[in-house]
Amino acid sequence: MAIKSDEVGSPAAEARKHGGRIFALWFVASVIVDLVVWFVWGPHMAPGFMTTTAAGQVFDFKVLTVLSAPVLLMVWIYGGYSLIMFRDKGTHEDGYYVKGNRKIQATWYTLTGILVIGLAAFGTYELIAPAGAGVGEGPSPIWKPNNAGHTLIVQVIAQQWRFTYRWPQFGGMETTSINLPVNTEIQFDVTSLDVIHDFWAYQLGVKADANPEVNNVAYTKTLQTGRFVVRCDELCGIWHGAMYNYGHVVSQSSFYSWAHSMEAQNASLTKLLPKFSTSYLPKDNVVGGQYFNSSQA
Amino acid sequence: MAIDMSQSTGVGRSGDAGGASAAPSSRYRLNFITGTIAAAIGYLFGHWLGNAIAGHYPSIVNSGSNDPAMLLGFIFGTVGWFAGLGALNYPIAKLWGREVPLAEKKDKYPFMEYFSYSTDHKVVGKQYLVGMLFYFFIGGLLALAIRTELLSPTYHIWGPATYIEVVGEHGTMMMMMMTSIVMGPFGNFLIPLMIGSKKMAFPRLEAASFWFTIPAFFALLSALWEGGFQTGWTGYAPLSIQGGVGQDGYLYGFAMMGFSMILASINMVATIINYRAPGMRWSRMPVFAWGMITTAFTMLLSVPVLIDGLYVLGLDRAVQTSMLYGEHGGSPFLWENLFWFFGHPEVYLLALPGFALTTEILPVFCRKPIFAYKTSAAGMIGVAVLSFFVWQHHLFNSGINPDMRPLFMLSTELISIPTGFLYLVGMGTIWRARVRFTVPMLFMLAVFFNFLWGGITGVYNSDVPVDALIHGSFFVMAHFHFTIMGQLMFAVMGAVYYYTPLLFGIKLSEKLGKIHFWSMFIAFNSTFIPLFIVGFLGQPRRVFEYATRLQGLNQWVTISSYVLGLSLAFFVVTFVWQLVVSRPASPKNPWESRGMEWQVNIPIPAENFERIPVVLSGPYEYGNPNAGPIADLDPVVVGSES
Repeated sequence: MAIKSDEVGSPAAEARKHGGRIFALWFVASVIVDLVVWFVWGPHMAPGFMTTTAAGQVFDFKVLTVLSAPVLLMVWIYGGYSLIMFRDKGTHEDGYYVKGNRKIQATWYTLTGILVIGLAAFGTYELIAPAGAGVGEGPSPIWKPNNAGHTLIVQVIAQQWRFTYRWPQFGGMETTSINLPVNTEIQFDVTSLDVIHDFWAYQLGVKADANPEVNNVAYTKTLQTGRFVVRCDELCGIWHGAMYNYGHVVSQSSFYSWAHSMEAQNASLTKLLPKFSTSYLPKDNVVGGQYFNSSQA
Repeated sequence: MAIDMSQSTGVGRSGDAGGASAAPSSRYRLNFITGTIAAAIGYLFGHWLGNAIAGHYPSIVNSGSNDPAMLLGFIFGTVGWFAGLGALNYPIAKLWGREVPLAEKKDKYPFMEYFSYSTDHKVVGKQYLVGMLFYFFIGGLLALAIRTELLSPTYHIWGPATYIEVVGEHGTMMMMMMTSIVMGPFGNFLIPLMIGSKKMAFPRLEAASFWFTIPAFFALLSALWEGGFQTGWTGYAPLSIQGGVGQDGYLYGFAMMGFSMILASINMVATIINYRAPGMRWSRMPVFAWGMITTAFTMLLSVPVLIDGLYVLGLDRAVQTSMLYGEHGGSPFLWENLFWFFGHPEVYLLALPGFALTTEILPVFCRKPIFAYKTSAAGMIGVAVLSFFVWQHHLFNSGINPDMRPLFMLSTELISIPTGFLYLVGMGTIWRARVRFTVPMLFMLAVFFNFLWGGITGVYNSDVPVDALIHGSFFVMAHFHFTIMGQLMFAVMGAVYYYTPLLFGIKLSEKLGKIHFWSMFIAFNSTFIPLFIVGFLGQPRRVFEYATRLQGLNQWVTISSYVLGLSLAFFVVTFVWQLVVSRPASPKNPWESRGMEWQVNIPIPAENFERIPVVLSGPYEYGNPNAGPIADLDPVVVGSES
């Protein structure tokens, strides 16, 4: 037999007495904490609601917290109660001799199994439905936005230790700052010229590694205007900590006037740049840190 | 059950192969001093050789850093180290056809034995304990240096170059050395006692596993004098190929520690399978032994992959093989996969020993059997097996095969089921117990409290959409500090208090221990809980500059970390004081444990057991009025006079 449950005394009555109290305490505490998480903290949760993916992160974080708070409370309340009630009160005697309980064990395995598989299913849905949830999907993404409408493509080029942005729909110009139009589907093409970096636009809810010679695509859709911070999130050397800049989500008209003026302003420089490509070959022995298209190198 | 007692009279008696007369004279005993001298000579030779071979290559002349010389220096230095320690005497003697027996075990050793290539498992256990705690405190000091820099978002104490060196040294020191902080000291010392053996299966491998940690430590630390390495412990290529020769210290040190882990785990597996006393069935084996064998198997299967990766990295650096960077056909993804194929099992081989210690010690102070013993073994086996199927969750943002993400999300979340088993066991064990709040027990309860934070936030990390928010941030950093420091190091501290009577014959003060516990517990949580918030609010790991709005939280964390440091310093001072000066004597079996390791006298006899004991019942029969003794320590040997 796998489990012995040769219990003595009146274990069932004891279990009902203590178990009832623990359950009541746990239930009340869980309801209170979950309501606070959902209705008080939830509306103010980071990273905010600037894009669909950021809002998705808030929703997922909220759901996970509402599910995990009762687990945390269950262990705390059970543990706290037991340590107080079942402490050695100076009598120095042994505890209740029991080596297992088939019913309790089976319930535990089943509940944790259901919870875990449910979480994985939820996570999978939340990954696939919003087109990869703002995560880098590599060069050939399999989860794409549904709408066939206008998508703005922004290439993020990371190098030690800065980000620059290329705009294929604006003559392939390159800028050192980033502005995005509101209510627009955005496709980020993230790549690197040297080591592995990571493009983390915190308020946009986008994160994608910048790998040398590889394109890493991530999608989001802007919903609100405002400022966002871009940080490198993969250790890339000495100045990793200083590799950040800021961008703005602005109204569509301001975006287009900015983009067109930048395109005109940079036209003379854009000519000197390599042809737009999804990745570029690093050439570290060229003075000035220039780069060339891999086909030209 | 028929018991073959013939084995018990022979197995495990040291010196029985060739008789005591052939034991080497202790006057000429080599030790760490001769080892250090030979290591220095070896290093200089290797470095010279590397310069002679590769010094004129344009890539080396132009870069000014000679990786072949550095690596050959390390390799010959290590060979010299082992030759100087006397580790090579045995194989050389075998080549000459002589059989050299193991040194005879003694009740009391001269002090220098602890600085020599000792093959007594009790000496190796103590060497490991002191060594590992030393490495831990060096890593801890580096952590305080990191926190000091983060007192201000803009004002720099170290500067970015030193800061990144310190971050890399701290991370690598902790992650590579702490893999052995349980198996090394407690595994080697206790497993033979727990399973009723006189020795470990391979005493020479056991000694080698400890003495490999020294070159590992110094190779890693030497990076600080060579400009450090800027990659952190993960060593991502091509950054790791770009760096100077400090990176060679990282890869060589890590590889040496890998050898140490492989040797220790081979020894552990062989011992637990083959050296169990009669009657020590798998179903009676202490949970700690289950923890050690699952950890050892996990090490055996994962560490070779790391060494392979480091070998590739070393070749890329030293002879430009281009396997880990793109220009000539390699890929940085190769390193990411090789590294994390080791790296994720690694975090479980940090966690499993902590749970093994906790589950072992919990019933002693609950005065109850372990609840669902088989579930605890199944939990550890489940964690060990699943740990090989989750590694790409570190690469959710990397762009590697996105279609595999749901699978890795599922496998990662599945690992909460066997981890949950261990909580079920712990919670079941305190049900209607008679809990004694001794210092070891407080630490074990803290293990459950701390790991809960780490475990639950682990589910957040495994969820791809949420991971997009917290990957690479302080949230992740807080998560794994809860699972490693909050779990493993609390278990280790508890085990130090619990096992000092066996290891050193002293019982540490409960009063001082409680001061240590409460200060460490509160300071630890005060340090790491705010870091979840810091990461959630957008601070990436390993940065020296951060948003001004996060300064208050960062300062709180830094000050808490100083208190944590003071608490650990308090432990060191009180521990050394009690060990060296006051030496409060311990009675036999002070915790009234049923474990076989406690049935021997203190100090433990040289051979552990007069005869190989016959195990009669399980070790956790607390509260069972009909429980007999755990073992017959003086079994009658059929056919002998006694």
